[in-house]
Amino acid sequence: MSKVAIVGVGQSAFVRGYPGSIRELAFEGFKEAVGDAQISVSDIGASIVCSAPEYDKQRSPSGVFAEYLGLTPQPTFYLESLCSSTSMGLRMAYSLVKSGLHDVVAVLGFQKMSEISSAESQERMGRGADIQWESPFGTMMPAYYAMFAQAHMEKYGTTLEDMALVRVKSATYGQVNEKALFRKPVALESFSDPEHFMSGAVSSPLRVGDCCANADGSSCLIVASEEKARSFSQTPIWILGLGAASASVNMSGRDLFTGLAVARQAGEQAYKMAGIQPKDVDVAEVHDCFTISEILAYEDLGFASPGEGKDLIKGKETYKEGSIPVNVDGGLLSKGHPIGATGGSQIRTIVLELRGEAGEMQVKDPEIGLVHNIGGVGLYGTVTILGRD
Amino acid sequence: MSKKKEIDDRFKRFGTVSYTSVTKVNDFIDQLDQGKVMGTRCVDCGLVFFPPRADCYKCLASNMEWFAIEGTGKLVTYSKLKFAPIGFEDDLPYSIAVVDYGDYKIFGRIASDIPDEEIQMGMALKTAANKLPNGQLNYVFTKA
Repeated sequence: MSKVAIVGVGQSAFVRGYPGSIRELAFEGFKEAVGDAQISVSDIGASIVCSAPEYDKQRSPSGVFAEYLGLTPQPTFYLESLCSSTSMGLRMAYSLVKSGLHDVVAVLGFQKMSEISSAESQERMGRGADIQWESPFGTMMPAYYAMFAQAHMEKYGTTLEDMALVRVKSATYGQVNEKALFRKPVALESFSDPEHFMSGAVSSPLRVGDCCANADGSSCLIVASEEKARSFSQTPIWILGLGAASASVNMSGRDLFTGLAVARQAGEQAYKMAGIQPKDVDVAEVHDCFTISEILAYEDLGFASPGEGKDLIKGKETYKEGSIPVNVDGGLLSKGHPIGATGGSQIRTIVLELRGEAGEMQVKDPEIGLVHNIGGVGLYGTVTILGRD
Repeated sequence: MSKKKEIDDRFKRFGTVSYTSVTKVNDFIDQLDQGKVMGTRCVDCGLVFFPPRADCYKCLASNMEWFAIEGTGKLVTYSKLKFAPIGFEDDLPYSIAVVDYGDYKIFGRIASDIPDEEIQMGMALKTAANKLPNGQLNYVFTKA
C-alpha cells in the first residue's frame, strides 16, 4: 500500500487586526509551505480551502485564493467543519492522493476574525451550534464548554486551579513560539487576583484566562503521494492514522458532558489505522480552545483515564520534558484561534517536531505525533497520527 | 387562510433572537403561547423527540404527534453567562442548562428567579413556557 505524506507546512503569524485582505493572509501560509516543500506552485494538482463562514464577506473563497496563489486552472473547492476545517481538509487531501486522482494537494486554512467585533464573533460562533433550538437562548462557545467544565468538576473533582495550570503551561510555550499571539508568561496567581484580567468571569466556571482568543491567521499543508514525496523531500512526514466523527449538534442529544464523544471515536479510529496505542504517542497537539478542553482531550485520547486528566497537568507530564508533551507550541490558548487556520497550525507543529525542526519548542527525538482538532462543541472531531521514516 | 399565499413564520417568536422563522413544527409556538412545552413522538415507531421535529430519522416517516413535557427532570449541567453574544446583552446574566427527563433531554435557560446558591447539579427542575420582556417566547427551567 502506498503511503501519503505531508511534504510542506506553513502558517502566518496569528495576530489581531491583520493589515491585509483574506487572499493576502492566505498567501503568507501558502508561501511558507511551498518554500518548505521546495516545490513549484505548478506541482500542486488541486487545492482545498478551509474556514468557517461569515467572518469575512467573501463567498466561495477557494476561487479567489486559487487565482491569487496561481492555482488555476487546477480544481479547487471549499471545505468547512468549523474549527476542525483544516484537519478535515487533510483527510480529504489524503483521499484525493490515495485514490490516485491527484499527486499533490494543498490544504489552505484561513480566518480573518477581526473584521467583526468580539460580540458579533460570539454570535457567529454560537450559530455554529443549533440555530433553531439553541441560539435563541443566547449561546456562545465559552458557555457550552463551561457546561462541560461544570460537569467534569462535579464528577471528578477537577478544580479551577487545575484548569489554570493548563493556561500556565500554554504560556510557557507561547513565549517561544514566534507565530503566537500571546507571548507573555501567565502566573497561576493571576487567576485568583480579582483585579487581574485573567480572572474575569466569562461564563461560569470559565474565566478570561480559560478561553482562547480570536485571531487572524492562515495555514497551509502540502500533501503528496509517496512517489512524489520521496522525490521532493528528505524528510517526508507520513500520515499513519486518520479518525473523524460527528455528534448531535443540540446538547439535548448528548449523553456525555465529561468528555467529547467525537474525540474518543476519532482517536480510536486513528489509533487502529496507525496500529498504535496512546502510550506510543511522543508529542501531541490538542484542541485547547478552553483550558478544560485540554483536560478532556488528555482523557478522550487515552493519555489519562477519565477523571485523571488533572493529574497529568499537575504532575507536569504534558510539559516538554514530561511523559506526553502536549501543545508545546502554546496551543490555541497562546497562539490564538483563527478557526479555519488552527488545524493546519497544529499539524505544522507536529510535522516540525517529527523532523526535529521545532527550535525552542522541540521535544526530544519524537517518532510519532498526534493532532486532535475539534469543530464546534464536540460537534466534529478529527484525530490525525503522523510519523517519520 | 386567504387566497393570497401567506407565510407561516410563527417561529420568529422563539427566543430572545430567533434565527428561524419557518418550520414544520411552528405549532410549538402556539403551544408555548398557551403555556405548554411540547415535544413530538413518531406515531409509527414511538421514538420521542425534544426539541420537536417533523420527521423521524429512524423510520423515515413524517407521522408525528405532540406530547406535553410534564413532571421533572434532573439538572445535568449548566453555566451562567456574564458576557453575551450580540443581541442578548439585555438578558445578562442568564444561565443555560441541560435537563435530563430520561427518555429525552432538554436544553434551555434556568429561570432567573432561582438564586445561584440554590442551583445544584442533579436537582429536580420543571420546564415551563415563558414570555420574554421583548414579547418573544421561550421556555425556562423552574423549581420543582
